[in-house]
Amino acid sequence: MIAQLTLIERQRAIAICIAVAVGGALIMLGGRDDVMGIHGALIFVAGMLMIFRIGMSYYAPEPSEDRLTRYYDDPSRAGIVLAMIWVVFALAVGDWVAWQLVEPNLTFGPAWSSFGRLRPVHTTGVIFGFGGNALIATSFYVVQRTSRARLPDQVTPWFVLLGYNLFCLLAVTGYLMGITQSKEYAEPEWYVDLWLVVVWVIYFVLYLRTLARRKEPHIYVSNWYYMAFILVVAILHIVNNLAVPISLTSAKSYSAFAGVQDAMTEWWYGHNAVAFFLTAGFLGMMYYYLPIRAGRPIYSYRMSIISFWGITFFYMWAGSHHLHYTALPQWVQTLGMTFSLMLLIPSWGSAGNLLLTLNGAWDKVRDDATLRFMMVAAVFYGLTTFEGSFMAIRSVNSLSHYTDWTVGHVHAGALGWVAMITFGAIYASVPWLWKREQMYSPRLVEVHFWLALSGTVIYVFSMWNSGIVQGLMWRTYNEGGTLAFSFIDTLVAMHPYYIARAVGGLFFLIGGCVGAYNVWMTILQPGAAASQAGDVPQPPPASGVLQPAE
Amino acid sequence: MSIFGFHYRMESKAIGLTIGIIVVASIGGLVEIAPLFTIHQTVEDAPDMRVYTPLELAGRNIYIREGCYACHSQMIRTLRDDVDRYGPYSLAVESKYDHPMLWGSKRTGPDLARIGEKYSDQWHVAHLNNPRDVVPVSVMPAYNWLMTTELRTSDLGLHLKAQRAVGVPYTDDMIANAAQDAFAQANPDSPLADGVTKRYGKATTMRSFDGKPSVLTEMDALVAYLQILGRLTEAAHKPVAQAEAAK
Repeated sequence: MIAQLTLIERQRAIAICIAVAVGGALIMLGGRDDVMGIHGALIFVAGMLMIFRIGMSYYAPEPSEDRLTRYYDDPSRAGIVLAMIWVVFALAVGDWVAWQLVEPNLTFGPAWSSFGRLRPVHTTGVIFGFGGNALIATSFYVVQRTSRARLPDQVTPWFVLLGYNLFCLLAVTGYLMGITQSKEYAEPEWYVDLWLVVVWVIYFVLYLRTLARRKEPHIYVSNWYYMAFILVVAILHIVNNLAVPISLTSAKSYSAFAGVQDAMTEWWYGHNAVAFFLTAGFLGMMYYYLPIRAGRPIYSYRMSIISFWGITFFYMWAGSHHLHYTALPQWVQTLGMTFSLMLLIPSWGSAGNLLLTLNGAWDKVRDDATLRFMMVAAVFYGLTTFEGSFMAIRSVNSLSHYTDWTVGHVHAGALGWVAMITFGAIYASVPWLWKREQMYSPRLVEVHFWLALSGTVIYVFSMWNSGIVQGLMWRTYNEGGTLAFSFIDTLVAMHPYYIARAVGGLFFLIGGCVGAYNVWMTILQPGAAASQAGDVPQPPPASGVLQPAE
Repeated sequence: MSIFGFHYRMESKAIGLTIGIIVVASIGGLVEIAPLFTIHQTVEDAPDMRVYTPLELAGRNIYIREGCYACHSQMIRTLRDDVDRYGPYSLAVESKYDHPMLWGSKRTGPDLARIGEKYSDQWHVAHLNNPRDVVPVSVMPAYNWLMTTELRTSDLGLHLKAQRAVGVPYTDDMIANAAQDAFAQANPDSPLADGVTKRYGKATTMRSFDGKPSVLTEMDALVAYLQILGRLTEAAHKPVAQAEAAK
């Protein structure tokens, strides 16, 4: 991979790594009285390892000039491998904490393994580790093909990918040591957040630079979604993480906002992390991989436009539905509920557009598990967005909020929609990227599909049951007008559902392991290594599959 | 020109899409968040509202560090069963010094907004040490190391200073004495104890929370925090008291 870099690029890469290592050393020395110092050491080691890795191949022959006529896919390959590592790790942690709710002594004692510290490891690992790497890898792949332009240089994409993984690593190791802001889905502390800002800005600039080189007059719909994902996540991340550290050598900081304003900012962030990280980015993925795999054009160009702008506009209002009946002023709750309901229109617009794209290719859905992953993802996307709008209605929310119903809803989206489309995209792109005929074992793709689907269904059904049962028990009164059940009564009632949930999660985890094995074996397969250098841009077809049907 | 014709032209410009996305995505947040800082009624007035003592703040940071918020909310909703189970519904003013707020989103365990002084210190210590000793079917993890881990107090002044920077009214006096106030709150017999009541009010809970006055542990801090939850102001109890007086 280093051999692909020119000499000047190798020098630039080493310079960046030295800067990272020096930064790490400074944090290590400055924060030596604090847990932050351990993070400094980690950054220092990461920087040094990269310097050695590049240094080892420093004198390798330079790549030939004809690389510039090809796409640059090395970072996409690495991103997919990283995504598969993160998913196995993070699903395993998730299932572990699920079993902890069945048998609490499964923490085995130490501080780092308690539910409260492992839960953000799981959420960050799947959302940012797995989802983020898959988004970065596929966005590089897609933006080049849909623009028929090569990435502008070979260092920046590596900086984005590896810098982002350093962010994930710092986040996850931080939680284990107790470094957390406690803001859900934004737990990393101030210095880790600042690092992500650097990486993210460079990511967006890279995207714009690639688009500026495009040979297509129009920007394909996938790229709208990827751009919205990068831009809006930057806005959300910066505003929600505004904080004052207690000193520059301490990991601890205090949020700039307090109480009700902090709650609104957090859920404006939290809900739109769902919208722009877990929805917009993956819709971008879906708009590329599903039509290509199905060999069908997108059903409707106009539906794409309406859905895109609808999602971008409506989602940003919906966060306050997380705060129904709280101390948040009622007018904000009502706005959140109203816009959550309207959000159903663009959401179903997207889901419908993608499912209708499959018309004429349903035989392929039957035969091809990869395409079936994508089809099921679109179905779960439709179901979950309906459920989300429904749960945002204030009276429904009074029952569902604080219960496992919310957890079930989130996992219907995360497992059924986000993970399914990602696995579909990965199974589609691994043979393309590594120049193989097909995956090592199409049968194992089939096995993975059924494990993932059954795991999701078991998980979601058990959480629906436990959530609704618990919500109803909390509000049940005796004839005398007193509460019928103590909190502990409801906890006992949850027990069987917690077992079922952990089993469903285990199915999904085994599926993930099967997928990782299959991807790895595909890479190891002997293949057409000669064309590993990258694809050559194709001339635009007379009526290409990417053109809208209208 | 149709709207789709306009879009057809806009989507050929990356900068057009970029600006469009920023504008369209910013409106919702601006309308919903910005007024919360300017509309006075958003946060009620409560003249008796006090700040956390250094020990309580340290306890709050342990609560954050251990991720307690993942399973416990601190927000009693305006619903009959919430109020009957946990107490008067939460007011915005009660978390106005909470940087960040810990309202939570899930009740795997019960709400804690009004847990303060509902149980004894001994109950909390035993419960945190091993929840199943006092609640046999509990699924909460055991936090037995809190009792044996000494509380770090040397940087508490920095904590208070940062809190002041984000708007919590800590005085210079409070910042200068943060570490010794933390110690004294859990050692009511110490000569330093008067300083705590002078700075934080006579109603401040002064006792050895973990039952071991000789050393200040993380257990002291966490229990001190749990015992103040819902008791920083009486504001939430006033409507109830007035209604009962009217009867």
